[in-house]
Amino acid sequence: MEKEKLLAHETLFADIIRAFKENKTALFGLIVVVILVVLAIFAPYVTPYDPYEIDLNNRFSKPSLNHWFGTDMFGRDLFTRVIYGARISLAIGLIPSLIAVSIGAILGVVSGYIGGRLGYWVMRMADVVMAFPSLLLAIVVMYTLGATLFNLFIALSVVGWAGAARVVRSQALSIREKEFIEAAKAIGVKDIKIMARHVFPNCLPSLMVLFTMNIPDAILSEASLSFLGVGAQPPTPSWGLLVSNGKEFLFSAPWVAILPGVAIFITVLAFNFIGDGLRDAIDPYLKG
Amino acid sequence: MNRLLISIPILLCVTFLVFILLNVVPGDPVALMMKEKVSADVVARVRAQMHLDDPWIIRYFRFLWGLLHGDLGTSYKLQRSVTDLILQAFPRTMVLAFSAALVSWIVGIPAGILSAIRQYSVTDYFFMGFSLAGVSMPVFWSALLFQYVFALKLGWLPVAGFYGWRYVIMPAIVLGWSSAGLIARLTRSSLLDVMRNDYIRTARSKGARELAVITGHALKNALLPVVTIMAIQVASLLSGAVITESVFGIPGVGRVAVDAIKSRDMPLLQGSVLFATILVILGNLVADILYSLLDPRIRLEK
Repeated sequence: MEKEKLLAHETLFADIIRAFKENKTALFGLIVVVILVVLAIFAPYVTPYDPYEIDLNNRFSKPSLNHWFGTDMFGRDLFTRVIYGARISLAIGLIPSLIAVSIGAILGVVSGYIGGRLGYWVMRMADVVMAFPSLLLAIVVMYTLGATLFNLFIALSVVGWAGAARVVRSQALSIREKEFIEAAKAIGVKDIKIMARHVFPNCLPSLMVLFTMNIPDAILSEASLSFLGVGAQPPTPSWGLLVSNGKEFLFSAPWVAILPGVAIFITVLAFNFIGDGLRDAIDPYLKG
Repeated sequence: MNRLLISIPILLCVTFLVFILLNVVPGDPVALMMKEKVSADVVARVRAQMHLDDPWIIRYFRFLWGLLHGDLGTSYKLQRSVTDLILQAFPRTMVLAFSAALVSWIVGIPAGILSAIRQYSVTDYFFMGFSLAGVSMPVFWSALLFQYVFALKLGWLPVAGFYGWRYVIMPAIVLGWSSAGLIARLTRSSLLDVMRNDYIRTARSKGARELAVITGHALKNALLPVVTIMAIQVASLLSGAVITESVFGIPGVGRVAVDAIKSRDMPLLQGSVLFATILVILGNLVADILYSLLDPRIRLEK
């Protein structure tokens, strides 16, 4: 049993390595993300400015050597705010995706393996969540809970789990019919152990892909919610909020809105590259 | 028929979820409605008038009963029927969503076909890069970019508003681009998939030219999943419309929802979210029916 588990992990790891080796765009995406993570972690050392420091003498400076992305309507250094904003976007990309995929994995495995009435109701719940235009459901959740960063994690997890649950369930359904499951049952392994030790590890590759592909969606959703005013609140340097702040000054100071958007675009693109590469390497059937 | 029956409980659950989420919201809607300080007495009277003190289950059934009659309640802020407000805004959203869908098909399908025919060529990389860019760009940002370039700098198109067809061009392209990316990617992978089939090899071996093989044999099957995605597009277009409408100042359903959030107008938000969700459920239903009509190999279970 130990060996089997080990093998599953080894091949998954090998698949991931292969994805980046064979797929240059995926590798490019990975490099961009690594740079971004480093910038976000070491933000205070990367830039001499404070993201919240107001300098009214320096409002709307054009991008220059001193202010790479220029300054905003309060004279705050925009590059600094974008770098600090990367912390938010990365956290928003990773944490709700992890929560959503974990919930989806548990519910998917349980509903696929045990099936029956429980499985049926889990899937109907997923149907209900997926019936909503995702942004509107997130808006409703944020409206109810209040616009804070923490609630964004909840809203995006609520929106994200259903898709993962569906994919995992269909996999669990086919794994359930495999011989090794029958063998495990025959020697008296308990259902919960079969799910944890056999069904779940076999779903891991797809979960990895689902997780990676959820990240860009989560980042875009956070940016959209913050742009609409139901996400992060000022003066948090959330990327969506930065663009939103800049839209009033589009004609006089276009960089204030445009440059933070470039950051969103590149980050989402990088995660999409990684997601596509992983999917092609691990599980081509998830395509489309 | 079976699908239609499944849609009904889903619809019920959707109404329940929206109702629960929006009616447990802390803060007294009456206090929010009144601009000035009013006595507790007045608040209590208005609450009673609006039946806000009834148990939530009764309020839910009253809400459901209203919904069945097309009555979504009264907007707190505008003091007008929510149904009227939404129906008034809906045609504009329709125009936007339909033109965006049109853009996405006209661009996405040919791009996907060309990419599949010339797999791993420069053309393929160009179109796939273009598609991925469309999927990766935040709609609000590309909207601002378009406004900056085509309205403010070049002056070709109006910045915002909704007074004629010229006002629809930019929002439709912005909203359509992200969908075009999805459609191009789907068309490409679906066509590549079909091209591996035996009947394609047969067509080739009997001497049919490549163009004839693709248009005469492959495309019909390859476009099946694309047709269904068109109906499912409703969801992404409506999500996108929320943002596009607010950037381009189009007074559609998405704009109604955003205004409702800003003024914490619960019935209006509830109504517009429900309305959009019902459209999505209808879209999925149409997709299922279309699929089984177009592809006799697929019959819906039972």
